[in-house]
Amino acid sequence: MELAGELTGAEITVRCLQEEGVEYIFGYPGGAALHIYDALFRQDKVKHILVRHEQAAVHAADGYSRSSEKIGVALVTSGPGITNAVTGIATAYMDSIPMVVISGQVPSTMIGEDAFQEVDAVGITRPCVKHNFLIKDVRDIAPTIKKAFYLARSGRPGPVLVDIPKDISFQKTTFNYSDPVVIRSYNPPGEGDMNQVRKAIQLLMTAKRPMMYSGGGVILSGASAELTELVRLLGFPCTNTLMGLGAYPATDKLFVGMPGMHGTYEACMAMQNCDVLIAIGARFDDRVVGKVEHFNQVQRKIIHLDIDPSSIAKRVKVDVPVVGDLKRVLNQFLVELRSIKQKPNAADLAVWWKQVNDWRFKGGGLKYNNSTEIIKPQYVIEKLYEVTGGDAFVTSDVGQHQMWAAQYYKFIKPRRWINSGGLGTMGFGLPAAMGVQLINPGATVACVTGEGSIQMNIQELSTCKQFHLPIKVVSLNNRYLGMVRQWQEFFHGNRYAESYMDALPDFVKLTESYGHIGMRIDKPSDVEPALREAFSRKKDLVFMDFQTDPTENVFPMVPGGKGLSEVMLDPNMPHPEVEDL
Amino acid sequence: MRHIISLLMENEAGTLSRIAGLFSARGYNIESLSVAPTEDPTLSRMTIVTSGSDAVIEQINKQLNKLIDVVAVMDLSDGEHLERELMLVKVPAAVAASEAFKRAMAVFQGRFIDTSNSTCTVELTDIGVKLDEFLQAVGRDQILETVRTGASGIARGERILKL
Ligand SMILES: Cc1ncc(C[n+]2csc(CCOP(=O)(O)OP(=O)(O)O)c2C)c(N)n1
Repeated sequence: MELAGELTGAEITVRCLQEEGVEYIFGYPGGAALHIYDALFRQDKVKHILVRHEQAAVHAADGYSRSSEKIGVALVTSGPGITNAVTGIATAYMDSIPMVVISGQVPSTMIGEDAFQEVDAVGITRPCVKHNFLIKDVRDIAPTIKKAFYLARSGRPGPVLVDIPKDISFQKTTFNYSDPVVIRSYNPPGEGDMNQVRKAIQLLMTAKRPMMYSGGGVILSGASAELTELVRLLGFPCTNTLMGLGAYPATDKLFVGMPGMHGTYEACMAMQNCDVLIAIGARFDDRVVGKVEHFNQVQRKIIHLDIDPSSIAKRVKVDVPVVGDLKRVLNQFLVELRSIKQKPNAADLAVWWKQVNDWRFKGGGLKYNNSTEIIKPQYVIEKLYEVTGGDAFVTSDVGQHQMWAAQYYKFIKPRRWINSGGLGTMGFGLPAAMGVQLINPGATVACVTGEGSIQMNIQELSTCKQFHLPIKVVSLNNRYLGMVRQWQEFFHGNRYAESYMDALPDFVKLTESYGHIGMRIDKPSDVEPALREAFSRKKDLVFMDFQTDPTENVFPMVPGGKGLSEVMLDPNMPHPEVEDL
Repeated sequence: MRHIISLLMENEAGTLSRIAGLFSARGYNIESLSVAPTEDPTLSRMTIVTSGSDAVIEQINKQLNKLIDVVAVMDLSDGEHLERELMLVKVPAAVAASEAFKRAMAVFQGRFIDTSNSTCTVELTDIGVKLDEFLQAVGRDQILETVRTGASGIARGERILKL
């Protein structure tokens, strides 16, 4: 019997999105998702952005999340729809990005029969989601979607998948979204243990060579202001990982740059040689600390603040763990520090800062040999920073251009630097920029990319046209898979196996064919005028194809398998000798 | 070192594969794994026997706890605990009738649970090493078939894993 006021599973799904305040979802239709698409069609609160490939839908939802405090949502069909989405889901998972992915599934009565476009979505995504669900009863749709949003955003965030069989999306039941979520097995941490906080502070007070190292967790927890205050209160050197850039203003003198494989000399040396390291929402990634055995050669005490206990003591031994939501934990630190009125030893700190500044001097900051003949990629990023006043949202793809953007664009605010750090997904930049632009209408959004990466999702230029997204694509075109070429130059005897990008399209014509503006820039003197011209076109997508030096390498570099103090500096730049520890 | 980890999990489809998947994805060892619903039908209890360095065991416990469907985790090896494993062994009737076999059955407190014209099946419950010893005493070439459940574990005394 059908009761008045009953809705189909598909209608319920859309109602849930409305209840969650979702303004945009990114997706691509197909058979198993058609009831949901029909329900979307019959309402106008949730706007659907039709991408050109499901991977892009997920990256767009991801960029939407990263650049706001909202949850990005993607909608895909069964089979190839969900398999195309997997790279995007894994990308979000590795960087702990909150996201809800809804996938259509073949009718529940046909599951297991190798039905047309059947794939075990829950099975395929299991290792790269925070959690996932296969709906078996129409009455479960609303509570499950509510759970999915709650799980995605709470604790250590992450993507959550809800797989809805087609028949269930057409069955009917009443809609209720008011019941609170209870998951007895899931209690995300709140405040940190005060005893641990006190222990950590005591350790910080006795440090002679303290170092603060923060990662993406600070940004996810919205704790940049607290971090900034703490760093200033203590006066310690501070580094932000690739995922944490913008949490502490890069223009500040206490900031020593990014650590790790392509970090600054001073950040690498300070990480390696400090005697007390406080890690805040960072996970001692291999790209950050280099070879762990080498890192462990130096005796130091480690304090680790993180919401996820499994991040603590995973790769390095930790002396004082503090588990909790970073915003709250950092506040506990601030309150306690102010109440004890104890200060770090100024004399010790001065000696340490002298050492750190010596390293800064030796490393030469981030410098490169500029040229009047050929465009240096670093120069483009420096000018991008100037032209956008340091206030753009910058997405990137993966490769050398990503590292140069991270190094040379000085992020002063959180959620402005949007890149795939953990998975390193080429093809992320442009679709992520679409999500960023939608949730930040009117903002300046630049996508720094390479001619390799951009071709992995270049079809999205079409989506940008349809939805009027005035993204500025800054392509550093070196005709190489540059990062691969760099490794081949250093570690494979200059044998450039398959890293030359032959048969490149004419990016200007290509962009124009999608209805946008294309520019090709060959001369260093044209870089700045081109950027100014492009960024003055507030309503247009402009694709800037910068012909950059194909031989340029990213420095500093800690080669894979090496330690942080084995960092290589640019051999073509002067590096004055300074005394080391 | 060998560890025996006990956990309570939601009795739902897919939970088992999340746990098995965690072990294979992160390269942890599973020596045995046994699972069944508890007196509360919404919960299943699993016993996992694994091995690894202290750091690896710590990660295993944390990673298990992190799974949404896992309700509670206890490393039984942290305290005194009991372990039992059930084994069924089928031997030819002639072997079952031998004095050596009967002696082994008496020593290891086995039970005869099925006989046919040509075979005999026995049941033993003990800790794993004892079951190994029984198999050795009987001799591998005398055995038709062996099936073991893997260890189930419970803490001694007042230590309880319950919701
Ligand atoms: C999907 C994917 N495939 C392969 C790689 C390996 N990879 C890392 S960097 C890189 C080269 C990127 O080339 P390009 O986008 O032109 O940027 P460049 O390094 O030249 O700045 C490759 C192939 C990757 N990160 N992602």
